[in-house]
Amino acid sequence: MRQSRTIEIWVGLFVAAGLAALFVLAMQVSNLTAVSGDEGYEIKARFENISGLKVRSPVTMAGVRIGRVVDIGFDHETYEAVVTLRIDSAFDQLPDDTSAAVLTSGLLGEKYVGLEPGGSFDYLSDGDLIQLTQSSLVLEQLIGQFLFSQAEKGGE
Amino acid sequence: MSVRESSIQSLGRTAITFFEKLGRAHLLFFAILAGLPGLIPRFRLVIQQVYAVGVLSLLIILVSGLFVGMVLGLQGYYTLVDFGAEQSLGTVVALTLVRELGPVVTALLFAGRAGSALTAEIGLMKATEQLSGMEMMAVDPVKRILSPRFLAGLLSLPLLAAIFSAVGVMGGYFVGVGLLGVDEGAYWSQMQASVDLNEDVYNGVIKSLVFGVVASWIAVFEGYDAIPTSEGVSRATTRTVVHTSLAVLGLDFILTALMFGEQ
Repeated sequence: MRQSRTIEIWVGLFVAAGLAALFVLAMQVSNLTAVSGDEGYEIKARFENISGLKVRSPVTMAGVRIGRVVDIGFDHETYEAVVTLRIDSAFDQLPDDTSAAVLTSGLLGEKYVGLEPGGSFDYLSDGDLIQLTQSSLVLEQLIGQFLFSQAEKGGE
Repeated sequence: MSVRESSIQSLGRTAITFFEKLGRAHLLFFAILAGLPGLIPRFRLVIQQVYAVGVLSLLIILVSGLFVGMVLGLQGYYTLVDFGAEQSLGTVVALTLVRELGPVVTALLFAGRAGSALTAEIGLMKATEQLSGMEMMAVDPVKRILSPRFLAGLLSLPLLAAIFSAVGVMGGYFVGVGLLGVDEGAYWSQMQASVDLNEDVYNGVIKSLVFGVVASWIAVFEGYDAIPTSEGVSRATTRTVVHTSLAVLGLDFILTALMFGEQ
């Protein structure tokens, strides 16, 4: 009887330690406390080029993450990328002339959508479209432009 | 005539033996599953097995997890520092552990530490005719012996894998932040920014559950199917470790392709 009691205590400790480890993984290692993605509202933005942006990429304003990219589509008529952003419901006061840009964190970091607030007193709501957008910078195009301008200078 | 026919015959015999064994394994699997509901009133049987399978594996899991995490921290740092990206050390350590090394290494250690013991125990019960003795007393050995061990393995492996990953993250922290001077805030914040609860942690738990089913199933089946001699039991024990390791590594590839394939 005594032996089975110690066994049960040990098993209890083991299960508690396992659950605690899962809890640590959920709370400390991953981002459970941050934006969960199920609530909030969706807005759309059209970009000429979003190279490198993925579904689940962060959406930030002033460096604070306020949402995620939930869908990336393609418009067959305008040949533009249609990006759907889900903004956390805590940030429901974005002016409707907010502009969006596809940015890179650091030189080689991941792509994210940066929002820049405008001055309007009307707010964006579910299903709205962001009018002002700025495309992703493509390194090859930049280098191409640079080489082109150098070549022009050299030719004079 | 005789050479060709006998080689074809032996190929056929090998195939038939293989499929017979596969069939027996599946029949036993369903018998074990059918025995699970009967364990609810006698949960003490499972608890005893969780102690044997899980608690007694804790030491090896803790020590391996700590050292695997420390090695990850060291190697990750040396690689990342060339790119000036040692801030991402936390991401590297956590993603490697939670997605891959936690479930896989735990399953491999589990096969060596607990699976082999299960096979040897059940095989020896068979060799000493304890299992047939139970049948004589109208006690179903599958329900009384195999089901609790299977369930205990299935429950223990995810917990062990979670402990492994958590301890590994701590080990990476000791080496990266403590010894090599990575910024503490960057270690945790980069980790939290890139590790996702659904995408990474849950998928890791699902992986370890699948490995738990496979590892316990193979261990229990090999023991039950062992030739009841000392040599047969020793071979069955070896087969448990080899087959479990192969199955875990193969399944890991398939699961990874399914889970993290499309982004």
